[in-house]
Amino acid sequence: MVPFLGGASGWQASLLAGAAKTFWMPEQRSTFASDVDALFYGVLWICVFFFLLIVAMAAFFIVKYRRTDARPRAEKSSHHNTTLEVVWSVVPLIIVLWIFVVGFRGFMDLRVAPQGAYEIGVTAEKWNWTFTYPNGYEDSNLHVPLGKPVKLIMSSRDVIHSFFVPDFRVKFDIVPGRYSTVWFEATQTGQSPIYCTEYCGTSHSNMLATAIVHEPGEFDSWLAAAANWMEGLSPTEAGEILYTKKGCVQCHSTDGSVGVGPSFRGSFGNTRAFADGSSTVMDENYIRESILNPTAKVVVGFDPVMPTFQGRFDDDELAATIAYIKSLK
Amino acid sequence: MTTADVALGAGPRDAHGSPDGENYLNCSKGLKSWLFTLDHKRIGVMYLVATLSAFLMGGIFALLVRFEHLTPGRTFMDADSYNQAFTLHGAIMVFLFIIPAIPAAFGNFIMPIMLGAKDVAFPRLNLASFYFWVAGAIFLVSSILISAPDTGWTFYTPYSSSTTTSVIPALFGVFILGFSSIFTGLNFIVTIHKLRPKEMGWFKMPLFLWGLYATAVIQVLATPVLAITLLLLTVERAFGVGIFDAALGGDPVLFQHFFWFYSHPAVYIMILPAMGIISELIATYSHKHIFSYHFIAYSSIAIALFGFLVWGHHLFTSGQSSLVSMVFSAITFSVAIPSAVKVFNWLFTLYKGSIELKTPMWYALIFIWVFSIGGLTGVFLGALSLDIHLHDTYFVVAHFHYTMFGGTVMALLGGLHHWWPKMFGRMYNEKLAQFATLLVFVGFNLTFFTQFIMGSLGMPRRYWAYPDEFAIYHVLSTAGSVIMAAGFFLTAGYLLRSLTNGKKAPMNPCGGATLEWEAASPPVHYNFDGDAPKVGDPYDFDRVIYDPDTDSYHHEPLPS
Repeated sequence: MVPFLGGASGWQASLLAGAAKTFWMPEQRSTFASDVDALFYGVLWICVFFFLLIVAMAAFFIVKYRRTDARPRAEKSSHHNTTLEVVWSVVPLIIVLWIFVVGFRGFMDLRVAPQGAYEIGVTAEKWNWTFTYPNGYEDSNLHVPLGKPVKLIMSSRDVIHSFFVPDFRVKFDIVPGRYSTVWFEATQTGQSPIYCTEYCGTSHSNMLATAIVHEPGEFDSWLAAAANWMEGLSPTEAGEILYTKKGCVQCHSTDGSVGVGPSFRGSFGNTRAFADGSSTVMDENYIRESILNPTAKVVVGFDPVMPTFQGRFDDDELAATIAYIKSLK
Repeated sequence: MTTADVALGAGPRDAHGSPDGENYLNCSKGLKSWLFTLDHKRIGVMYLVATLSAFLMGGIFALLVRFEHLTPGRTFMDADSYNQAFTLHGAIMVFLFIIPAIPAAFGNFIMPIMLGAKDVAFPRLNLASFYFWVAGAIFLVSSILISAPDTGWTFYTPYSSSTTTSVIPALFGVFILGFSSIFTGLNFIVTIHKLRPKEMGWFKMPLFLWGLYATAVIQVLATPVLAITLLLLTVERAFGVGIFDAALGGDPVLFQHFFWFYSHPAVYIMILPAMGIISELIATYSHKHIFSYHFIAYSSIAIALFGFLVWGHHLFTSGQSSLVSMVFSAITFSVAIPSAVKVFNWLFTLYKGSIELKTPMWYALIFIWVFSIGGLTGVFLGALSLDIHLHDTYFVVAHFHYTMFGGTVMALLGGLHHWWPKMFGRMYNEKLAQFATLLVFVGFNLTFFTQFIMGSLGMPRRYWAYPDEFAIYHVLSTAGSVIMAAGFFLTAGYLLRSLTNGKKAPMNPCGGATLEWEAASPPVHYNFDGDAPKVGDPYDFDRVIYDPDTDSYHHEPLPS
């Protein structure tokens, strides 16, 4: 079989949960994937049939009825046939109605989460994700248990974002001012990319995260350990992890390169010049203010686009972050 | 006198049908005679030049986008420049090129001649429409010089109300372009109602006119909604009045509803006149009566009406209620049927025809190929559960390029080659034209088919950087765009060259049965020398007789 049409692997893929990537579709890692792919390949077969029919008819007529010296004129033929018109209106109508019904049923499965699903909060903002677990722990990646329905309660702090995991076949917009939800049940342990699929500005294409599926028992122990992650780490080590987890990494480099915001490298103790003409030395209090109230002092040459992190850094986390920035000589 | 002149039996004309070689191009001279012209043909030509210039500009932005994607990370642009490039590509192509191109350029030039009229109903409104286009274009393009918008052509809130780029000039440009579109639509509706000759009933009109009529109705009814939406967005940005921005107490999804209430019908503004051209091309180059005239005409009207009821299919992932999504999905599938009916009717027009594979016919056949793929992939997107996976991926990008670019632009190129000898009185090099057509066909499919694959694999749209696994598709797509661009530049080359070096065009080089082929090439100032010929069935090819001496056709006069 040709890979284009899914081939053997495509059809089997649509029957077996957790199948490999096919020509058209990414790996199947959720309970939806097989239904979505079965409809996809079903519609693909129908479309290929009609497309080939159209092209073959056109090619046949072009060859057969091409103008030649022997056939200088069109033959007499009827230019209307009601039966044909009805047939080629009604047959496609029946087919698309079937596709509509299957698509709608799949959609309702996607939209209605089962009772008792494990709930994880999702906060989207330019340009990072924060996943909040029931015990209050926050992570920049999505960790979920295998074989258990997970419901995400999502909100945005700024513009519209969209949560998309191709391997799970789920996507939903996150509109500011309201909560939106998606749910899924992972069928394989491992990692899958998470994309933002609603255009949200400069670093839209870097607004990425990873969905990590754990064995159910392993998930609970991971979560318990993760919640106490700062224990046993030095403030600098903890700050380095926070730098990624809290999303600083999206805009502030540690190698001196200029991003959406100024680089952290060698910044501590330097004098910062601000857009309003004032300046100050970059010390602990300046960093604290810049995290909690970022638009108070905006460095010359940068836009005031950083959101406030008020309420999202506790004192230990602030201290660790400051220690990390200090360490970047 | 040649045999053609005798056959015409209409007094002292030269071989190209005009007395004394005078035509609309040379009847008056100087820049002012063009800038202040009320002649629909000159306005059509100005629109043609203007919209094709916009196509060139939009195309350059498209190539910048494609070249940036040659590598997964930064190739030569930073993320902000990339975001501006795809925004300008989309905004210029949609608002300055595809929406006006076919109606304003070919509709303007051909429609009054097809009707046997001297001009459109309101020639001054027609010129005003052109200058509104120019004004809108100036605002839209000037936003590039200030700081180009980076919102995407869809201007979704609240991003568009918060970005620091110059959104307001761009919005104002689009607002003005809307008036241009409304003026053209209004003019065409009145022209088709009032200026048809008395022998031409509604169902004796060439199908191109049905396409233009359906388009004009959408332009008049839908465009004001866009204007109001853009005005509200401007008020929100300028005065902080909360309408769409949640931070100000507005609703971001309301903007999407308003925007698509115009912009979905707008895709039918793009495709309906294109379908009209295809009906003319298929019948003319098959030299056979169009199959099922009434169904094609009615399907144009059906598409125009259904087109108003499907906007919600752009919002399946937005959080609109599931019930609403279900209704929009169902109506979306129903709009597929009239499009399918047209394709089947075109196919059956070929049956028992006398098919000549000239360049316009190749473009018509390419249209059937690409539009079928575009339409069929719409079936995937109409299905709710599949759309959840495919929404905002390259699958959607490929789908709408197959319909909007593949559909509309292939028909536009077909129409351009079909009517070129009529518009400018010169024949282009047929061999070069067919070679360019091949380049465009191969390039187009390579560019956009690869995008279907990466899209369903999960590649999101509007991504400056992308995961390595998609690199192969992006590289192939960029290669396709280069081949396609070569085809377009070659086309521009031989067409422009034909203006000075081309063979003079006869009145009817293609065997068309509609009235414009009984006018001179190029037509005289008032289209016909004296009264227009009597009009018959626009697809009665029995009375169009081939004349081997001039390699062209002449019309047997209708029995009086």
